Amino acid sequence: MSEVLEAALRLIVVFAAFLTLPLLVGQLEHKVMAHMQSRMGPMYAGGFHGWAQLVADGVKFAQKEEVVPAAADRTVFRLAPALALIPYFVAMVAIPIGPGLVGRDIDAGIFFVLAVMGVGVIGTLMAGWASANKYSLLGAVRQVSQLMAYELPFVLAAASVAMAAGSLGFTDIVDAWEPWWLIWQLPAAVVFFVAGLAELNRPPFDMPVADAEIIFGPYTEYTGLRFALFLLAEYAGIVLLCFLTSVLFLGGWHGPFVDSWVWTFAKAGVLAFVVVWLRVSYPRMRADQLQKLAWQILIPVALAQLLLTGVVTVAW
Amino acid sequence: MTGRDGKKGVGLLKGLSITLTSMTRRSITEQYPDVQPELPPRSRGVIALLEENCTSCMLCARECPDWCIYIDSHKEVIPAPEEGGRERTRNVLDRFAIDFSLCMYCGICIEACPFDALFWSPEFEYAEFDIRNMTHEKERLGQWMQTVPPPPALDPSAAESKEVLGVRKKAAAKAPPTEQGDES
Amino acid sequence: MTEERVVSTGDGVVATDMVLNIGPQHPATHGVLRLRLVLDGERIVSAEPVIGYMHRGAEKLFEVRDYRQIIMLANRHDWLSAFSNELGVVLAVERMLGMEVPERAVWARTLLAELNRLLNHLMFLGSYPLEVGAITPVFYAFREREAIQEVMEEISGGRMHFMFNRVGGLKEDLPNGWTNRVRTAMAGVRDRLPQLENLVFGNEIFAARTQGVGVLSKEQVLQYGLSGPIARASGIDMDLRRDEPYLAYGELQDVLRVVTRTEGDCYARFEVLREQVHVSMDLVDACLERLEQLPQGPINQRLPKVLKAPEGYTYAWTENPLGLNGYFLVSHGEKTPHRLKLRSASFNNVQVLGEMLPGQLVADMVSILGSMFFVVGDVDK
Repeated sequence: MSEVLEAALRLIVVFAAFLTLPLLVGQLEHKVMAHMQSRMGPMYAGGFHGWAQLVADGVKFAQKEEVVPAAADRTVFRLAPALALIPYFVAMVAIPIGPGLVGRDIDAGIFFVLAVMGVGVIGTLMAGWASANKYSLLGAVRQVSQLMAYELPFVLAAASVAMAAGSLGFTDIVDAWEPWWLIWQLPAAVVFFVAGLAELNRPPFDMPVADAEIIFGPYTEYTGLRFALFLLAEYAGIVLLCFLTSVLFLGGWHGPFVDSWVWTFAKAGVLAFVVVWLRVSYPRMRADQLQKLAWQILIPVALAQLLLTGVVTVAW
Repeated sequence: MTGRDGKKGVGLLKGLSITLTSMTRRSITEQYPDVQPELPPRSRGVIALLEENCTSCMLCARECPDWCIYIDSHKEVIPAPEEGGRERTRNVLDRFAIDFSLCMYCGICIEACPFDALFWSPEFEYAEFDIRNMTHEKERLGQWMQTVPPPPALDPSAAESKEVLGVRKKAAAKAPPTEQGDES
Repeated sequence: MTEERVVSTGDGVVATDMVLNIGPQHPATHGVLRLRLVLDGERIVSAEPVIGYMHRGAEKLFEVRDYRQIIMLANRHDWLSAFSNELGVVLAVERMLGMEVPERAVWARTLLAELNRLLNHLMFLGSYPLEVGAITPVFYAFREREAIQEVMEEISGGRMHFMFNRVGGLKEDLPNGWTNRVRTAMAGVRDRLPQLENLVFGNEIFAARTQGVGVLSKEQVLQYGLSGPIARASGIDMDLRRDEPYLAYGELQDVLRVVTRTEGDCYARFEVLREQVHVSMDLVDACLERLEQLPQGPINQRLPKVLKAPEGYTYAWTENPLGLNGYFLVSHGEKTPHRLKLRSASFNNVQVLGEMLPGQLVADMVSILGSMFFVVGDVDK
């Protein structure tokens, strides 16, 4: 009985984190982006520097009318946001943030998380196809073809660190991690992070939702709460990517002075800042340029890293 | 400096450093509803009417490129001030309205007015929920007069206007010829 | 550069063509331009610009307005170059009247025209990166615009439709100390502009999106009558300010550089714009210096109560920020023109899209469209 209770409690905590952390990232994006553009960002909602802006946005979205286009495939259209969002929640359950602080420790953690994260793209494809809108369709097709670019380097880079640690479990990887891995596994870390950005459609890889070209890609026809869910999925994705990167490559809760979950959060926070920073600084790539980047740079680098890791682990 | 074929990666790093330094600088946002903007006196915000000066000559209404000025007036007979004198007629302004939903803010009416009855005011906060309320009647137009700023001083090399020159000449003619060119 | 193979979704897949309407309401058209694209996957098979959604009949309206009212209408077709638009009208009327404009007015007009060019170019320097996905440059560009906008508002009272030209000069004289404030504004813009430039130029992604994309040949430029920065980016060395000097440009030849490029791609067009900003700033400084040395004098002519252009016709063209802007004025000696034909730069510049777009990807369509620097009001008139 207590086991069930504990599992339920852990799930609730993860769920709460799943709902609040994306909002924090969203607020961070609002503010960082604004100041980088010499603006101030939201200033009113909540009184102090607009801290409640995203809560207010949520309330606004909830009040909006739910519009389903007449020609849309209604069931698929309505189901799509859930399919985009849930994988990130499921993946988050498996990510540890401190010693023992994990929703559910899974032996093949990396394998599980990467597999589940890949499901999210189906939600986007469903949204794009079911919207009965040409822009949505173009966006969905771009999204799916983008999969070709990021999935392989993403997995290869993760494989490198798993190989180095000799385990697929996150806790084992963090335990095996040592500071010099920062240098040794740096190429894999960069490849992983860049590929992750491409998976999340974050600029400069946001061509599936490129606003100047195809309005908002697969999400063009969405309104109200369902639209908010897609946005939440995007930010949940950022949270997930940042935690994954910090756990896999930056040593998770290892840090100077004392090992604590605070370090995991700090590292993930810095990474989230980088995600926003890149969005502010760069224009958008073209779909074929991403493919070129992936196949000519990311994959060769990831393979070389894999080779290096293999040689080093065997020779050690 | 064509900028083509630069070193790879330099531009990307430069971009990151620019946005980061911007973040540390003060933002330039104007906190508008909390802090009112300082507008120059020539700002074309709203048109104010000085009713006493208006002779309902209709010049402004006729010159307006999109005819957004409405003027109604009637003639009033002023009885002769003394026995045997002549009666005079005078235009009385009944209605003077500007429809700001049509107005293109060109200022031709103000230029056209021969009696200085119209002025620009930089005031701009008069948005309405109903388009019909954008038609300001003469009372409302009169209220704007309080917000009309004095015109700015002109550049030192600007020619003096004929009106000022005329006044000067008269003053100079009246004054003894030794003093000239002083301020009137 | 090696031959690059561009892969896109849909290539090689047998599918029926898709017709995609870009606009009249679409983020990339900044206005109500409509492009009817036939797509094969993401590749454009044919493109047809559909214009006229914002047609206001400007030329017909001119015919029932007197010359002062025409200035008000004329500054509105290209709302980013209001001052330059007014200029063409008054130059035409002044030429018909054989009117001599006071020297101070000539220099002040030159100065304001260049400030207007700066405003216009900064707008596109900000909005074009936005179209290829860079969201920050537009804020930097608007920050600079605001500095210039402020001095423009101080002198004319308007922020967009300056309405400051009059036949025979300018509406009012400069406010006291204005020239110094312009100088300060210019210094500020010079100081901060590198931020905007370094963020965009030299960025590898931006270069990849624009270099070699949307190449316009010299022949195409001549065939379609393109002008302005777009034509100069394709190697057409033509600038009315130098070739047929109006206003005070004749005396500014040592300051005025005509910026040209030979590549003719989006990057070249954008680069011409950026360098013209520098040229304009130099011109502004030169004008300020000259303006302060000029002796005291009027800034406009006293006009008769009813202004009538004598019977005849004339064509006055100016180098507007976006290209050649010409007014063909036919007068029958009345208060209003008999006909006032408007040749606007954007109208011609947009026509070539039908030839440029086929064969490109949708993503490149956006970067080409943005680099054609048009204002929809100027297209539709």
